[in-house]
Amino acid sequence: MILTLLPLLVPLATALLCALARSMPRLQRGISAGGALVLLLCALALLHQVLTHGTMTLIAGNWPLPFGIVFAADLFGAALVLLAALMLCVALLWQASDADAAPASPGLYPLMHGLVAGSAAAFLTADLFNLYIWFEVTLICALGLLVQGGALRQLDAALKYFVLNLFGTLLLLAAVALLHGATGQLNFTALGEAAARLDPAVRLLLFGLLLLALLIKSAAFPLFAWLPASYHTLPAPVLALFSALLTKIGICVLLRSFTGLFAPTPVLLLTLLGWIALFSMLTGVLGAAYHWDLRRILAFHTISQIGYILLAIALASPAGNAAAIFFALHHSVVKAGLFLVAGLICRQAGHYDLRRIGGLYAARPGLAVLFLLLALALVGIPPFTGFWGKYLIVRESFVQGEYLWGATALTVGFLTLYSMAKIWLQAFWKPHPDKNWQPSVVPRTTPAYVGLGLLVLVTLWAGLLPERLLLFVTSAAAALPGGGP
Amino acid sequence: MRSDALLAQVFMRSLYPLLLLASLWILLRGHNAPGGGFIAGLLAVAASAAYALVFDVASSRRRLPLAPVSLAASGVLLALLSGLPALLGGLPFLTHLWGTLTFGPVELPVSTGMLFDLGVYLCVWGVFGGYCLALLRSIEEIP
Repeated sequence: MILTLLPLLVPLATALLCALARSMPRLQRGISAGGALVLLLCALALLHQVLTHGTMTLIAGNWPLPFGIVFAADLFGAALVLLAALMLCVALLWQASDADAAPASPGLYPLMHGLVAGSAAAFLTADLFNLYIWFEVTLICALGLLVQGGALRQLDAALKYFVLNLFGTLLLLAAVALLHGATGQLNFTALGEAAARLDPAVRLLLFGLLLLALLIKSAAFPLFAWLPASYHTLPAPVLALFSALLTKIGICVLLRSFTGLFAPTPVLLLTLLGWIALFSMLTGVLGAAYHWDLRRILAFHTISQIGYILLAIALASPAGNAAAIFFALHHSVVKAGLFLVAGLICRQAGHYDLRRIGGLYAARPGLAVLFLLLALALVGIPPFTGFWGKYLIVRESFVQGEYLWGATALTVGFLTLYSMAKIWLQAFWKPHPDKNWQPSVVPRTTPAYVGLGLLVLVTLWAGLLPERLLLFVTSAAAALPGGGP
Repeated sequence: MRSDALLAQVFMRSLYPLLLLASLWILLRGHNAPGGGFIAGLLAVAASAAYALVFDVASSRRRLPLAPVSLAASGVLLALLSGLPALLGGLPFLTHLWGTLTFGPVELPVSTGMLFDLGVYLCVWGVFGGYCLALLRSIEEIP
């Protein structure tokens, strides 16, 4: 059914129309807003269909297997697509305000829609080579977004992002080629079946290569360098989109390959992934504790949170997979919200550096409350989403007897509290270092607050009424390839 | 930088349309013989690049049917549209349909795959043509 492909076709067509209308900014904004709304509706319809009818598949071009490229929307993929649509709407709302919006260049809207199209397609595809193509599409669009403005520091960030990510993409291509050479298949299901018959040593080598490529893409220890090297030069709406989508593609594919493609997964890879997760959690949170720039703190936290998701994947049980899905959804919403709050802080107080700002609690109490809600959700204080996510992960590690991993996850939670408290104390609580400072009056911030409020509402709803989301992630984990009970 | 090679300029004026015609021929034969949208697009890029070398980048850019980015975007859009007719017949997206148009004694085989290939052609011409002209302009700017 065409609905499976619409989350990819709608943003792609919108991006192309926006590119054609680039000399008419008003028309371009209209097309972009219309495309985002249609995408949101399509994503909702897709999720509804998948909830009622189960995984939906479509072979583009009606070619028989193994030549046809299969798109399969399972619950996890459909949820991620909905998340991407929501994030695009929030980012475009933000772009309509004056709160740290990206410079209005004609390339901005086509690239944002292109990024969403690439990520949505990567969430939905069930073909390994096709996945590589969509990785490339997101890489190109992300690169274009990084150089918007063309300042020297942006070019520096874009170069680092490009080189390190290209390395990951080429590794992925090599892994895909070798897997295809060894099995003759590219489709996830067929590949999984064919790979199970391979020589164990060859399997380990091929899966290890694929794992390495995906770990680069999801910014795990010690391959995360591209993320903190590039995120801190982006404007808030683009940053929110990046943080919600880019690392999630790697995570999504990783989860699918560990449940389906690699199954039965070599124990060595699982143990390795567990330790990588542990070090990702620790280095991320320690890096965040060291930095003073708001965007850098949050970027390092992303690495630490990716560690949590990887830990849940490494536990390799239905409950672990459900925890990973829960945490991935939670992290996308909360972290994007925090990046948006950081954008507002910078716009009101004049700087991203915590040492040079302060006094925002007295000047902007509403912003302080929004930050507090999101920060507590990130740290994992009940009853917010972070608590449920961490609870699921820690409980599953203790159930499996991995006490060190579980204990580290708990410790990292405390360290997260430390850096969130640092932001709170420095940006909101302490008086501004400049005695005569007045918060800047930003003419149009309502759309920005509406977008941010939407994200806060989503996380509050999921945190206060977790049963529905817990049921959802449990069935999403069961619907993963090979994830049935 | 306007080249003063008179002979090359006279030659190029007639070579340019010939090269584009040749690229169209390669585009159309590509369905059953070596050729197709990508190769034909590269030939069109070669025509644009040659024109820019003999004359200058600005006049070569004026000879493109659209601005490079628009050319590429409309190409991809055309390729997307070529997948839609299949939906009317209840087939999956991008299933291509073949048919024959008869004009008296002439029978013309047509397909939605041809539209897709034309989209690829325009996209390649737009992307690589724009890229090539931008590079050539950076050489022109060197005094």
